[in-house]
Amino acid sequence: MPLLRRPLACQQMVELITDYLEGALPRSERRRFEAHLAGCEHCSEYLAQMRLTIAATGRLRAEDLTPAMREEFSAIFAGWLAERPAS
Amino acid sequence: MAVRGLPAPWRRLPAPAGDPDAALLARVRAGEEAAFMELVRRHEAALLRLARSYVPSAAVAEEVAQETWLAVLRGLDGFAGRSSFKTWLFQILVNRARTTGVRERRSVAVDAGPSVDPGRFDSGGAWSAPPRHWVEEIEERLSAGALAPAIDAALAGLPPSQREVVLLRDVDGLSAPEVCQVLELSDANQRVLLHRGRTRLREAIEGELGGGI
Repeated sequence: MPLLRRPLACQQMVELITDYLEGALPRSERRRFEAHLAGCEHCSEYLAQMRLTIAATGRLRAEDLTPAMREEFSAIFAGWLAERPAS
Repeated sequence: MAVRGLPAPWRRLPAPAGDPDAALLARVRAGEEAAFMELVRRHEAALLRLARSYVPSAAVAEEVAQETWLAVLRGLDGFAGRSSFKTWLFQILVNRARTTGVRERRSVAVDAGPSVDPGRFDSGGAWSAPPRHWVEEIEERLSAGALAPAIDAALAGLPPSQREVVLLRDVDGLSAPEVCQVLELSDANQRVLLHRGRTRLREAIEGELGGGI
Protein backbone atom coordinates (compact mmCIF):
# COMPACT_ATOMS: atom_id res chain seq x y z
CA MET A 1 0.00 0.00 0.00
CA PRO A 2 1.58 3.29 -1.04
CA LEU A 3 2.10 5.49 2.01
CA LEU A 4 0.53 8.56 0.50
CA ARG A 5 -2.64 6.86 -0.72
CA ARG A 6 -5.33 6.17 1.82
CA PRO A 7 -6.94 2.75 1.62
CA LEU A 8 -10.24 2.64 -0.25
CA ALA A 9 -13.38 2.68 1.87
CA CYS A 10 -16.09 0.06 1.31
CA GLN A 11 -18.38 2.78 -0.05
CA GLN A 12 -15.79 3.62 -2.71
CA MET A 13 -15.26 -0.06 -3.46
CA VAL A 14 -18.89 -0.65 -4.43
CA GLU A 15 -18.75 2.24 -6.90
CA LEU A 16 -15.53 0.98 -8.51
CA ILE A 17 -16.70 -2.59 -9.01
CA THR A 18 -17.84 -2.26 -12.60
CA ASP A 19 -14.68 -0.41 -13.61
CA TYR A 20 -12.75 -3.24 -11.92
CA LEU A 21 -14.71 -5.97 -13.71
CA GLU A 22 -14.39 -4.10 -17.01
CA GLY A 23 -10.64 -3.79 -16.64
CA ALA A 24 -10.97 -0.01 -16.67
CA LEU A 25 -9.12 0.78 -13.44
CA PRO A 26 -5.63 2.23 -13.73
CA ARG A 27 -3.02 -0.16 -12.36
CA SER A 28 -2.48 1.67 -9.06
CA GLU A 29 -6.22 1.89 -8.43
CA ARG A 30 -6.58 -1.77 -9.24
CA ARG A 31 -3.92 -2.62 -6.65
CA ARG A 32 -5.73 -0.58 -4.00
CA PHE A 33 -8.99 -2.28 -4.94
CA GLU A 34 -7.49 -5.74 -4.63
CA ALA A 35 -5.71 -4.86 -1.39
CA HIS A 36 -9.01 -3.84 0.18
CA LEU A 37 -10.73 -6.93 -1.18
CA ALA A 38 -8.15 -9.22 0.38
CA GLY A 39 -8.96 -7.87 3.83
CA CYS A 40 -12.73 -7.29 3.61
CA GLU A 41 -15.14 -10.20 3.61
CA HIS A 42 -18.16 -7.96 3.02
CA CYS A 43 -16.71 -6.36 -0.09
CA SER A 44 -15.60 -9.81 -1.29
CA GLU A 45 -19.16 -11.04 -0.85
CA TYR A 46 -20.50 -7.93 -2.59
CA LEU A 47 -18.20 -8.51 -5.55
CA ALA A 48 -19.27 -12.15 -5.72
CA GLN A 49 -22.90 -11.00 -5.65
CA MET A 50 -22.30 -8.61 -8.53
CA ARG A 51 -20.67 -11.39 -10.55
CA LEU A 52 -23.58 -13.65 -9.79
CA THR A 53 -26.07 -10.95 -10.74
CA ILE A 54 -24.37 -10.63 -14.12
CA ALA A 55 -24.47 -14.40 -14.60
CA ALA A 56 -28.13 -14.59 -13.55
CA THR A 57 -29.09 -11.78 -15.94
CA GLY A 58 -27.29 -13.65 -18.70
CA ARG A 59 -29.50 -16.66 -18.14
CA LEU A 60 -32.67 -14.87 -19.24
CA ARG A 61 -33.53 -16.79 -22.34
CA ALA A 62 -35.67 -16.17 -25.35
CA GLU A 63 -39.03 -17.86 -25.39
CA ASP A 64 -40.22 -19.76 -28.43
CA LEU A 65 -42.21 -17.87 -31.02
CA THR A 66 -45.97 -18.13 -30.67
CA PRO A 67 -47.93 -19.60 -33.59
CA ALA A 68 -49.29 -16.12 -34.36
CA MET A 69 -45.76 -14.70 -34.53
CA ARG A 70 -44.60 -17.56 -36.76
CA GLU A 71 -47.45 -16.75 -39.13
CA GLU A 72 -46.53 -13.07 -39.25
CA PHE A 73 -42.86 -13.75 -39.82
CA SER A 74 -43.70 -16.33 -42.44
CA ALA A 75 -45.67 -13.64 -44.29
CA ILE A 76 -42.79 -11.16 -43.97
CA PHE A 77 -40.39 -13.72 -45.37
CA ALA A 78 -42.71 -14.64 -48.26
CA GLY A 79 -43.15 -10.96 -49.08
CA TRP A 80 -39.40 -10.47 -49.16
CA LEU A 81 -38.86 -13.50 -51.39
CA ALA A 82 -41.46 -12.18 -53.80
CA GLU A 83 -39.97 -8.67 -54.01
CA ARG A 84 -36.39 -9.89 -54.15
CA PRO A 85 -34.78 -9.56 -57.55
CA ALA A 86 -34.00 -12.99 -58.94
CA SER A 87 -30.29 -13.66 -58.65
CA MET B 1 -24.78 -1.21 -43.94
CA ALA B 2 -26.94 1.00 -41.79
CA VAL B 3 -24.19 2.69 -39.88
CA ARG B 4 -24.96 6.27 -40.75
CA GLY B 5 -24.20 8.82 -38.13
CA LEU B 6 -21.93 6.67 -36.05
CA PRO B 7 -18.74 8.03 -34.58
CA ALA B 8 -15.83 7.19 -36.83
CA PRO B 9 -13.84 5.02 -34.39
CA TRP B 10 -16.64 2.46 -34.29
CA ARG B 11 -17.27 2.19 -37.99
CA ARG B 12 -14.90 -0.63 -38.54
CA LEU B 13 -15.44 -2.55 -35.33
CA PRO B 14 -14.47 -6.09 -36.31
CA ALA B 15 -16.95 -8.94 -36.03
CA PRO B 16 -16.03 -11.51 -33.43
CA ALA B 17 -14.42 -14.55 -35.01
CA GLY B 18 -17.10 -17.07 -35.87
CA ASP B 19 -20.33 -15.06 -35.68
CA PRO B 20 -22.83 -17.62 -34.32
CA ASP B 21 -25.44 -16.33 -36.77
CA ALA B 22 -23.28 -16.58 -39.89
CA ALA B 23 -24.45 -20.04 -40.94
CA LEU B 24 -28.10 -19.10 -40.53
CA LEU B 25 -27.59 -15.92 -42.53
CA ALA B 26 -26.18 -17.90 -45.43
CA ARG B 27 -29.24 -20.14 -45.38
CA VAL B 28 -31.59 -17.15 -45.22
CA ARG B 29 -29.82 -15.64 -48.23
CA ALA B 30 -30.47 -18.90 -50.02
CA GLY B 31 -34.19 -18.42 -49.35
CA GLU B 32 -34.71 -20.92 -46.52
CA GLU B 33 -37.65 -19.87 -44.36
CA ALA B 34 -36.75 -22.23 -41.47
CA ALA B 35 -33.40 -20.49 -41.11
CA PHE B 36 -35.13 -17.09 -40.95
CA MET B 37 -37.50 -18.40 -38.28
CA GLU B 38 -34.58 -19.65 -36.21
CA LEU B 39 -32.84 -16.29 -36.55
CA VAL B 40 -36.02 -14.52 -35.43
CA ARG B 41 -36.49 -16.95 -32.54
CA ARG B 42 -32.95 -16.26 -31.33
CA HIS B 43 -33.28 -12.49 -31.30
CA GLU B 44 -36.93 -11.46 -31.23
CA ALA B 45 -37.24 -11.35 -27.44
CA ALA B 46 -34.13 -9.17 -27.21
CA LEU B 47 -35.45 -6.84 -29.92
CA LEU B 48 -38.80 -6.49 -28.20
CA ARG B 49 -37.20 -5.78 -24.85
CA LEU B 50 -34.93 -3.17 -26.34
CA ALA B 51 -37.68 -1.60 -28.44
CA ARG B 52 -39.86 -1.17 -25.35
CA SER B 53 -37.28 1.29 -24.05
CA TYR B 54 -38.16 3.67 -26.85
CA VAL B 55 -41.83 3.23 -27.67
CA PRO B 56 -44.97 3.60 -25.58
CA SER B 57 -46.53 0.16 -25.93
CA ALA B 58 -45.84 -3.52 -26.52
CA ALA B 59 -47.85 -3.32 -29.74
CA VAL B 60 -45.66 -0.55 -31.14
CA ALA B 61 -42.55 -2.46 -30.04
CA GLU B 62 -43.78 -5.46 -32.05
CA GLU B 63 -44.29 -3.25 -35.10
CA VAL B 64 -40.80 -1.82 -34.78
CA ALA B 65 -39.34 -5.31 -34.42
CA GLN B 66 -41.17 -6.49 -37.53
CA GLU B 67 -39.96 -3.49 -39.51
CA THR B 68 -36.48 -4.29 -38.29
CA TRP B 69 -36.68 -7.86 -39.59
CA LEU B 70 -37.92 -6.66 -42.96
CA ALA B 71 -35.04 -4.18 -43.09
CA VAL B 72 -32.68 -7.03 -42.21
CA LEU B 73 -33.96 -9.14 -45.09
CA ARG B 74 -33.77 -6.23 -47.51
CA GLY B 75 -30.29 -5.30 -46.36
CA LEU B 76 -28.97 -8.83 -46.11
CA ASP B 77 -27.08 -8.85 -49.37
CA GLY B 78 -25.33 -5.66 -48.34
CA PHE B 79 -24.39 -6.95 -44.89
CA ALA B 80 -20.74 -7.78 -45.24
CA GLY B 81 -20.18 -9.08 -41.74
CA ARG B 82 -17.94 -6.18 -40.79
CA SER B 83 -19.69 -6.14 -37.43
CA SER B 84 -21.45 -9.05 -35.74
CA PHE B 85 -24.96 -9.73 -37.00
CA LYS B 86 -26.35 -8.88 -33.56
CA THR B 87 -24.69 -5.47 -33.56
CA TRP B 88 -26.07 -4.73 -37.00
CA LEU B 89 -29.54 -5.97 -36.02
CA PHE B 90 -29.69 -3.88 -32.85
CA GLN B 91 -28.44 -0.80 -34.70
CA ILE B 92 -31.28 -1.12 -37.19
CA LEU B 93 -33.75 -1.53 -34.36
CA VAL B 94 -32.47 1.44 -32.40
CA ASN B 95 -32.52 3.66 -35.50
CA ARG B 96 -36.12 2.68 -36.21
CA ALA B 97 -37.23 2.85 -32.60
CA ARG B 98 -35.78 6.34 -32.26
CA THR B 99 -37.68 7.49 -35.33
CA THR B 100 -40.89 5.95 -34.02
CA GLY B 101 -40.45 6.48 -30.33
CA VAL B 102 -41.65 9.27 -28.16
CA ARG B 103 -38.37 9.43 -26.32
CA GLU B 104 -35.73 11.43 -28.06
CA ARG B 105 -32.38 10.41 -26.66
CA ARG B 106 -29.76 12.60 -28.23
CA SER B 107 -28.19 13.20 -24.88
CA VAL B 108 -27.97 10.74 -22.04
CA ALA B 109 -28.13 12.16 -18.56
CA VAL B 110 -25.70 10.12 -16.52
CA ASP B 111 -26.29 10.44 -12.80
CA ALA B 112 -23.06 10.88 -10.88
CA GLY B 113 -24.36 10.23 -7.35
CA PRO B 114 -23.73 7.04 -5.38
CA SER B 115 -25.42 3.93 -6.79
CA VAL B 116 -25.57 2.13 -3.44
CA ASP B 117 -27.66 3.51 -0.58
CA PRO B 118 -25.27 5.66 1.52
CA GLY B 119 -27.22 4.54 4.60
CA ARG B 120 -25.45 1.21 4.39
CA PHE B 121 -22.09 2.80 5.25
CA ASP B 122 -20.77 4.57 8.34
CA SER B 123 -19.21 8.03 8.29
CA GLY B 124 -15.84 6.52 7.39
CA GLY B 125 -17.34 4.71 4.39
CA ALA B 126 -17.15 1.21 5.92
CA TRP B 127 -20.16 -1.10 5.75
CA SER B 128 -22.58 -0.43 8.61
CA ALA B 129 -25.23 -2.64 7.01
CA PRO B 130 -23.07 -5.16 5.14
CA PRO B 131 -24.57 -7.46 2.52
CA ARG B 132 -25.95 -10.67 3.91
CA HIS B 133 -23.94 -13.55 2.47
CA TRP B 134 -26.01 -15.47 -0.06
CA VAL B 135 -23.82 -16.22 -3.04
CA GLU B 136 -23.50 -19.89 -2.17
CA GLU B 137 -27.15 -20.53 -1.47
CA ILE B 138 -28.30 -18.84 -4.64
CA GLU B 139 -26.54 -21.04 -7.20
CA GLU B 140 -29.22 -23.67 -6.77
CA ARG B 141 -32.05 -21.25 -7.41
CA LEU B 142 -30.24 -19.86 -10.40
CA SER B 143 -30.11 -23.13 -12.25
CA ALA B 144 -33.80 -23.61 -11.51
CA GLY B 145 -34.52 -20.26 -13.15
CA ALA B 146 -36.46 -19.16 -10.07
CA LEU B 147 -34.94 -15.69 -10.15
CA ALA B 148 -35.83 -14.93 -13.76
CA PRO B 149 -39.17 -13.23 -12.98
CA ALA B 150 -37.56 -10.98 -10.36
CA ILE B 151 -34.71 -10.04 -12.69
CA ASP B 152 -37.13 -9.39 -15.54
CA ALA B 153 -39.21 -7.12 -13.34
CA ALA B 154 -36.14 -5.28 -12.09
CA LEU B 155 -34.93 -4.78 -15.66
CA ALA B 156 -38.30 -3.34 -16.61
CA GLY B 157 -38.04 -0.93 -13.70
CA LEU B 158 -34.62 0.45 -14.66
CA PRO B 159 -34.33 3.89 -16.26
CA PRO B 160 -34.33 3.28 -20.04
CA SER B 161 -30.70 4.24 -20.63
CA GLN B 162 -29.52 1.79 -17.95
CA ARG B 163 -31.89 -0.90 -19.14
CA GLU B 164 -30.64 -0.67 -22.72
CA VAL B 165 -27.01 -1.10 -21.69
CA VAL B 166 -27.72 -4.00 -19.32
CA LEU B 167 -29.91 -5.74 -21.90
CA LEU B 168 -27.28 -5.52 -24.60
CA ARG B 169 -24.31 -6.36 -22.39
CA ASP B 170 -25.59 -8.89 -19.90
CA VAL B 171 -28.66 -10.42 -21.52
CA ASP B 172 -27.64 -10.37 -25.17
CA GLY B 173 -23.90 -10.69 -24.66
CA LEU B 174 -22.62 -7.77 -26.75
CA SER B 175 -19.13 -6.48 -25.98
CA ALA B 176 -18.63 -3.02 -24.50
CA PRO B 177 -17.48 -1.52 -27.84
CA GLU B 178 -20.48 -3.10 -29.59
CA VAL B 179 -22.86 -1.54 -27.06
CA CYS B 180 -21.18 1.83 -27.52
CA GLN B 181 -21.69 1.45 -31.26
CA VAL B 182 -25.35 0.47 -31.06
CA LEU B 183 -26.37 3.07 -28.48
CA GLU B 184 -23.88 5.76 -29.56
CA LEU B 185 -22.43 6.06 -26.08
CA SER B 186 -18.96 6.93 -24.92
CA ASP B 187 -17.00 4.18 -23.24
CA ALA B 188 -17.19 5.96 -19.87
CA ASN B 189 -20.94 6.55 -20.05
CA GLN B 190 -21.52 2.96 -21.06
CA ARG B 191 -19.70 1.83 -17.92
CA VAL B 192 -21.57 4.21 -15.64
CA LEU B 193 -24.95 3.11 -16.98
CA LEU B 194 -23.92 -0.54 -16.77
CA HIS B 195 -22.76 -0.04 -13.19
CA ARG B 196 -25.94 1.61 -12.03
CA GLY B 197 -28.13 -0.94 -13.79
CA ARG B 198 -26.23 -3.94 -12.43
CA THR B 199 -26.25 -2.41 -8.94
CA ARG B 200 -30.04 -2.14 -9.07
CA LEU B 201 -30.39 -5.72 -10.31
CA ARG B 202 -28.21 -6.97 -7.44
CA GLU B 203 -30.47 -5.13 -5.03
CA ALA B 204 -33.50 -6.75 -6.63
CA ILE B 205 -32.02 -10.22 -6.16
CA GLU B 206 -31.17 -9.33 -2.58
CA GLY B 207 -34.75 -8.22 -2.01
CA GLU B 208 -36.06 -11.40 -3.61
CA LEU B 209 -33.96 -13.46 -1.19
CA GLY B 210 -35.34 -11.52 1.74
CA GLY B 211 -31.90 -10.33 2.69
CA GLY B 212 -32.34 -6.69 1.82
CA ILE B 213 -31.75 -3.97 4.33
